[in-house]
Formats: sequence, C-alpha cells, structure tokens
Amino acid sequence: MKSLILQTATRSLVAVMLLFSIFLLLRGHDEPGGGFIGGLVGAAAFALYAIAFDVQSARRMLGIRPQMMIAIGLAMAGGAGIISLLASEPYFAHLWYHTDIPGFGEIHLGTFLLFDIGVFLVVIGVTLLVILTLSEE
Amino acid sequence: MSHDLLVALPIVIPLVTGVIALLFYEQRETQRIISAIGAAALLIAGIALLLEVRAEGILVSDMGGWPAPFGIPFVADLLSAVLVMMTGLIAFTVALYSLATMDPRRESFGFYPLFHILLMGIAGSFLTGDMFNLFVWFEVMLIASFVLIALGGERAQLEGAIKYVALNLISSAILLAAIGLLYGVAGTLNMADLGMKLQDVDEPWLVTTIGMLFLVSFGIKAAIFPMFFWLPASYHTPPIAVTALVAALLSKVGVYALIRAFTLIFTQETGYTHQILLVVAGLTMVTGVLGAVAQYEVRKLLSFHIISQIGYMLVGLAILSPLALAGSIFYIVHNMVTKTNLFLISGAAYRLQGTYELKQLGSLYRYHPYISALFFVSAMALAGMPPFSGFFAKLTLVRGSLEVEHYIIVAVALFTSVLTLFSMTKIWTEGYWTPSEAEENDELPPGVNSWPGWNSQMLAMFVPIIILATLSVGMGIFAQPVISLLIETAEQLLEPSLYIEAVIGDES
Amino acid sequence: METLMAILIGGLFASGIYLMLRRSIVKLAIGLVLLSQSANLTIFTVAGLTRGNPPLVPEGESMPLVPYADPLPQALVLTAIVIGFGVLAFTLVLVKRVYQTVGTDDMDEMRSTDGFKD
Repeated sequence: MKSLILQTATRSLVAVMLLFSIFLLLRGHDEPGGGFIGGLVGAAAFALYAIAFDVQSARRMLGIRPQMMIAIGLAMAGGAGIISLLASEPYFAHLWYHTDIPGFGEIHLGTFLLFDIGVFLVVIGVTLLVILTLSEE
Repeated sequence: MSHDLLVALPIVIPLVTGVIALLFYEQRETQRIISAIGAAALLIAGIALLLEVRAEGILVSDMGGWPAPFGIPFVADLLSAVLVMMTGLIAFTVALYSLATMDPRRESFGFYPLFHILLMGIAGSFLTGDMFNLFVWFEVMLIASFVLIALGGERAQLEGAIKYVALNLISSAILLAAIGLLYGVAGTLNMADLGMKLQDVDEPWLVTTIGMLFLVSFGIKAAIFPMFFWLPASYHTPPIAVTALVAALLSKVGVYALIRAFTLIFTQETGYTHQILLVVAGLTMVTGVLGAVAQYEVRKLLSFHIISQIGYMLVGLAILSPLALAGSIFYIVHNMVTKTNLFLISGAAYRLQGTYELKQLGSLYRYHPYISALFFVSAMALAGMPPFSGFFAKLTLVRGSLEVEHYIIVAVALFTSVLTLFSMTKIWTEGYWTPSEAEENDELPPGVNSWPGWNSQMLAMFVPIIILATLSVGMGIFAQPVISLLIETAEQLLEPSLYIEAVIGDES
Repeated sequence: METLMAILIGGLFASGIYLMLRRSIVKLAIGLVLLSQSANLTIFTVAGLTRGNPPLVPEGESMPLVPYADPLPQALVLTAIVIGFGVLAFTLVLVKRVYQTVGTDDMDEMRSTDGFKD
C-alpha cells in the first residue's frame, strides 16, 4: 500500500526524527535522555520509512547491515569498559577528560559517551534487525 | 596481574571474541579462527583465575568503581572460579569440535558470535555478586541459547525451541517477581549484603517463601523435578555441537544459582527448605533415569540423563555438609566433562554411520574400535565405574550422605546408578555391539562405515573427544587433589561470612 | 493504592497464565508479555509507592527529603522492560517462523519429536 500523504510526510519527518534521536543521545550526558531512547527514536524513523516506502529502500537509507551496526555498537560499549581495565581501574569505571576550548567553554568528555553511543547503535541495530526481518518475508 | 582485570577477563574475552566475529560477519573462515582463539583464551583466563583465587582467597572487583553494596560487585570465590575454568574447558573443546561439524549455513548466520555471547552470559552468571545482575546475565545467556537452538530453522528445532523459550521465560518472570519481593523485604540486592541482612530478619517465613520462589525459578532453569519437561523436548534438536554446549553448561548455571542462593542467602530455615531440596533431588534422579531407560535415540537418552544427574548435584546442597557438598561440586565438574564427551562421541558416530537411532547404529565396534573405546570410557565414567571420574564423585557424595545418616537418599542414588549403568550398557550393546538389521542382510549403502582418514576435519573432531576422555580418566586416577580442592570450595561455601567479608569489608 | 496494585498484579498474572495454557502460540506470546509486565509491576509496588517526591537533593541539603521515591526499583524495572523488549522481539520472530514451518499455531500439533521411533 503506497500512500502519497504518508510518503510526503515521511520525507520530512524522518529527518526531524533522526535529528531528535541524536539530540536525545547527547542530552543523556547530564539530563534525562540517553542512548537507549535515542536509539529507539532513530529506529522508529527507519521503521516509518520502511512502512511508507518499502523495506529495500529503508535498508538502502541505512546503508549498513543491522548486524554490523550491532557489532560496532557492542565494540564501542564494551571498549569503553576495556579502556578502564587498561588504566588499572575496575571494569566500566568511567574515566573523565576535562578540557577548555577557547570561545566554547569547558567541556568534559568521558568513556561514558563512548558507551552511550555504543548503546545507541546497538538499539537501532537490534530493533531494525527484528523489524526488517519480520516485514521482509 | 591486577585482580580487577583477572575477575573481568572471563566476561571480557567472550565479549571481545563475539564482537570481532560479528564484525567479520561475511567472512566465515576468519570467524572460525577468531572463535577458536577466543575459546582458548577463555580457558587460560579461567585457569589463571582459579590459581589466583586458591592462592589469595575470594577476589572482588566493584564494577564501575562503585563500592558494594551500592554498586555491582563481581566476586570470584572457589566455586565460581572452578566453574568458570570448566566453562573455558568446555568452550575450548566444543569450539574445536564445531569447526569440524558446523554446516556453512549456520556459520554464516552468526553461529560463532552467538556461541561467545552465550559464554559471556554463563561466565557473568558465575561471577556476579548481585541478584538483579544475575537475572540480566541469565537473560543474555537465554537469548543467545534461544537463537542457537532455533538456528537453522528445521521443524524439530523450532518445535523444541518454542517449548524451551516458553518455559524459560516463565522462569524469568518468576525470578523477576522474586527479586522484587526480596528487595521489598531486605532493601538490597547485593548477595553478600542480603546474606548479612536476612540472618536476623523478624519474619523468617517471609524470606523462606521468597526462597521457594527462587527455588522454582532456578529449578526450571536447572531442570529439576517436576519442572524438567522442556529439556528432553528441546536439547536433542539442534546440531550436536550446540547440544553439547547447552547440555554441559546451561542447566549447571541453574544448579550454581541454587547452590549460591541456598548457601548464602536462604539459610534461615534450613530444616524446611533443604528437606524439600532433598526430596526434589531424589525424585529428579529417579524420574530422569527412568526416562532415559525408555529411549532408543542417543541424544534423547543422554538428555534424560542430564536431568537424572542434576539430582546428584542437589543432594550435596540439600545435606549441607562439607563432604557431601564437595561431592556435588565434583559431580558438576565430572558431569560437564563426561556428558559433553558423550554428546561429542555420538556426533562422531553420526558422522560415520549417519544415524542417532541405537537400533540402526549397528556394530560400530567392529568398524571403529577406537571410537568405541572412547565411548566406553565416558559411558563407564558416567555410570560411576572405577577408576573413572564418576566413581569418585559418587563415592564422595555417598560418603558425605552416610556421615550424616541420610540412608534413603544413598539408596536412591545407588539405585539410580544401577539404572544409569543399565542404559549405558544398552547404548553399548545396541549401538556398538549388535549388528543392525541392515548389516545382517548386507544392505548397507556404500561408504557407510568407512574411515575417511585423519584429515583436518577428523582431527578437529577427535582431539576434543580425546582431551575430555583423558580428563575423565585423569580425574579418576588423580582424584585426591581434585577432592581436596573441592572440599576447600565446599568449606568456603558453608562459611558465608568469608564471602560477606570479602565483598562488604572491601571498602578501602 | 497498594491493595489496588496487588489486585491488578494478581489479575495480570492470572490472565498471563491463562493465555499461556491455551494451545495457540500467538496467545502464548501474549501471555508471556503479560507475565513479564506483572513481574515488573510487582517490583515497582513492593519497593513502596511514593507519589510526588522525586529523589532529588534540594539546594543546600546533602540528602533528599524523606519520604522520597526509591529510584533503584525504577532502574530495575527499566532494565527489565528493555530485556523484555529484546526477548519479546525474538519470541515474535520465532512464533512467525514456527507458523511458517509447521503450518499451524496449535501447540498440540508440535509434537513430532516427542514420540518413540521404532
């Protein structure tokens, strides 16, 4: 079933949803938000695209196999823990790096961000793997 | 090596291996090499952990640097370390074996990543010191095993998988509810903290009720009477490497959880709870072996034997004396080795004869005497014949039970032993000795029974079998060091204050 | 409030188990969902229901003001929901594959490996 209204709306909605998912991911640094819900919103964007158009074009838009996305996400999330092991800290003890960027203010980066981006990718990957597999057959 | 690293490695290694294998999703050959290396590394990490724990006592690592009881600690006591090492051993042998037997289709659908994620879940369950975290590791393990059992999508596999999934998810829901209730009563989920706080609780009956919920939940996972029906319905359906892996490890995780919960946390009314455990253990032994006696398909027969042997593993927990508990842990270790080996050998026989049905296997002994000898060693070890590992495991258990005058359970255990011996003899006579009908009438298709020679595939198949058979003999002949290690383990378990002190007292 | 929640949880558990006892695998999957949700609600209720008091530390204090809502059970429930989400996704794929392969959703028809072979 192809609906012109849905397709036109989807084109602009997908962009907004993807932006919002990244906003949620980054907001999770200090405030409510984070990789999990960000990933769900992101996956919803791709799922909407698959419903409005078809599964193949959603896969093309993703540009990477969901399995690979899970792998990269797991590598980042697990890697965040391994970095702390290498620094002789317990597994997943988060390390922080503070820096001043002139004209931008102080920012603090942590291995936590790496972990959250990993979760983000895993959630999108797993959700899409299931949705795309179910709707393809 | 720092303790944090040592405790985390058994979880990190399978994670890293699984992720790397997933990154090479398209290249099967690379995945195979990564998988074998990762499994070997897990074995080495397990041995290192056991040596360190034996030398230094209980090791604790607070995840994320949050001190217990607020954070999640990973705790390696002797029991955890022994089981992690055994997981490494089984992982290594089965990983080698699967190189030879796994079909390319399953390999390209992510067999190796799932294999290692399953190992991560198992190692995590053995090491975690937090009840809710245990639930999380259970789920990691279950999801990986769900996919492994269904992978390939044959009709029998899917039918088995739906029963396996349904019953294990019920068990997870019960576990979750029980964890919630436990938190409501104690206000903590850290196992050591629970062990401390629940000792002087005002309403022991409330804690015992929650304990029974845990017994049901872990019991479904461990396949104890009367909650074992999912096991023989699903374990014989996937390829033999998967069967061997889940048979050796999954139900043992359930047993481990029972041992941990009922030595550390639910010790308020041992007269009541452990009496139930004893009755359940006896019934599990008998029903399991009776199921096995009726079967003529090797994998189903062995699946029923798993249930029967879970019973032996619970006896020591129910009796709660150092010797009996050591016997039970010896039984877990022995069972992991021999049961895996029996599955692997029946897979090898399938490779040569093309069937798992005893009546069609025919006179394997005539064509392949060496395989038959390997089978004989493992079968007699399982049945508890001297000088193999099973004999000393049973002897320790029986002596432990006699010491505290539990004569009925000893009688049940010995009766079960006889039936086990009977069903092993049945496999031997039907599958290895008596010619099948087709053989008697010279109707065998050409190529069956011929030995393909020592190519690399055969090596990958038989090296694990020989390793496990040697261990099974070795643990029998050199039983003394094993038993003394396991008595140390049991004494540590029966002294919960050691565990509590290691976790909570580690605040500096 | 607690009594109401207890009745609700009991009802959810009962409906979940009733659905699982049906022969249809679709109802089995729905039953599993209800079961895991009722377990989540159990955690949430047993740990104490506190309304309108988030566990935030007010300006100038070092502790949140009692009584405050315990954040830990909420974290547990959240984790359990996420896990339940993954498990449910797998169960749905499995149910669909079983239906395609076996050709029925009747559990009674899925016993091809249970019997004995001669």
